[in-house]
Amino acid sequence: MDLNLTPEQDLIIGMVRRFVRDEIVPLEQNLDPDADELEDEDRLRLVAKTKEMGLYGLDIPPEYGGPDIDLVTRTLLAVEMSQHRAGLYAPCYGTFGGAGLAQLFEATEPQKEKYLYPTLRGEKRGFFGLSEPSGGSDPARAIQTKAVRDGDDWVINGGKLWISGADKADFGLVFARTDSDQGRNGVTCFIVDTDQPGFHVRRIVHTLRSAHYATELQFEDLRVSNDNILGQLNKGFAIANDRLTRQRIPYAAGCIGVAIKAQEMALEYVPQRETFGAPLSTRQSIQWMLVDNDIDIRQSLWITVEAASKAQQGESFRKEAAMAKLVATEAGGRVVDRCMQMFGGLGVAKDLPFERWYREMRIRRIGEGPSEVQRHVIARELLGASLR
Amino acid sequence: MGLRLDKPWLSSEQVLAKVRGQMGVYQFANEAGEVVYMSYAGGRSLGGLRGEISRSLTEQSDATQVRYEITTSYLSRYKELLMLHQADYGGLPTHHPSIRLGRLSPAGGTNGS
Repeated sequence: MDLNLTPEQDLIIGMVRRFVRDEIVPLEQNLDPDADELEDEDRLRLVAKTKEMGLYGLDIPPEYGGPDIDLVTRTLLAVEMSQHRAGLYAPCYGTFGGAGLAQLFEATEPQKEKYLYPTLRGEKRGFFGLSEPSGGSDPARAIQTKAVRDGDDWVINGGKLWISGADKADFGLVFARTDSDQGRNGVTCFIVDTDQPGFHVRRIVHTLRSAHYATELQFEDLRVSNDNILGQLNKGFAIANDRLTRQRIPYAAGCIGVAIKAQEMALEYVPQRETFGAPLSTRQSIQWMLVDNDIDIRQSLWITVEAASKAQQGESFRKEAAMAKLVATEAGGRVVDRCMQMFGGLGVAKDLPFERWYREMRIRRIGEGPSEVQRHVIARELLGASLR
Repeated sequence: MGLRLDKPWLSSEQVLAKVRGQMGVYQFANEAGEVVYMSYAGGRSLGGLRGEISRSLTEQSDATQVRYEITTSYLSRYKELLMLHQADYGGLPTHHPSIRLGRLSPAGGTNGS
């Protein structure tokens, strides 16, 4: 197995590394320490640059105009893109674009015309509405939002929680129960328009993050056409499950990038900072923290790259993706925590990014399925039928 | 924390005597009690809420009342308050610069909570 980068990977990763260092980090000097958006002028200028680099819309399949970069390389790029203050939840402030909602690539042609293509052109925004107050990691049981057939329409009632971007979205994917007796085989994915009567964004949910907030949604007799079912009736669980699994790889990559940056800052700091007449770097307690950080980062990186490699080859990667998410989020938290400790008072001040990373990294152990659910997924894969 | 900012209105003298350097959000109202401006004291604000309110008062001549809320979630709270104002009154406060915002439709309608 060759663990070296190909010349092409080396080139692209170098481009993105320089972009983060030369374009993103300097802008952060003048932004609020919790900011997750750039000024319009800067954003447009940088989007033009990423397009010029041929790296805009990295996750868009080539047949829809994406740059055709394999998943392993995209994972390595995601590690690079998160190496700045806002990098965990706003890598490069979105200047590399996104694929929108990947589930729409499987939509019908009329659905693509109405939702996918405008999203890829940057004219529409969508949200992903799965989690409910009753939970998000076990959609087969947690979904209580109901959709009832009424002529050519469906009428949706219920609510969603922890939904990002719904207040600014033109449409969303909403998972609702269409057969209450069928568990995972009774969930359907609907594409809902946010300007329809009965669609409400009730509140912002304030968390450890100050920017990039989540919202709570309520649906009151929200009518959706039968044509707006994504995929098949009662087959929404597979769509949700696929998304949950795939999302774990970039989620892990972001944590690794932040951990790498934190470690880089610590390695630069400890030889300069003196205590009791000697640099911190000469203290064994500091050296061991740096060693543990390095081990945490390498473990996370290789497990995540393995998951991406399996996904790229079309193999089952459910266990590897869960492992990547579990290991990278927990390791990332430990690395940032150790780096804060090495920086002392400076580590907890808003002058440096550690305190933001510390808060946001804590969310990562819960978001996209908590560590306990990832262990549950891995155990099921290991034990197979004997557990069911 | 209620959905809307429900702290008592204070005069500028009262607020400057009371407010300290924490992070948070604040609103100004005119004599008629209409919210004319709102902003926040973030992680880089000199003097926190006290510094920001003091500076903003010199720029908002018709502001006679001030209220504030201490919060570390100042960015999301600030946007939430602006969206609530938009939902309640159909636009931003009179002196507020334009800003990209989402939409909220809070339960209970205008001034509900």
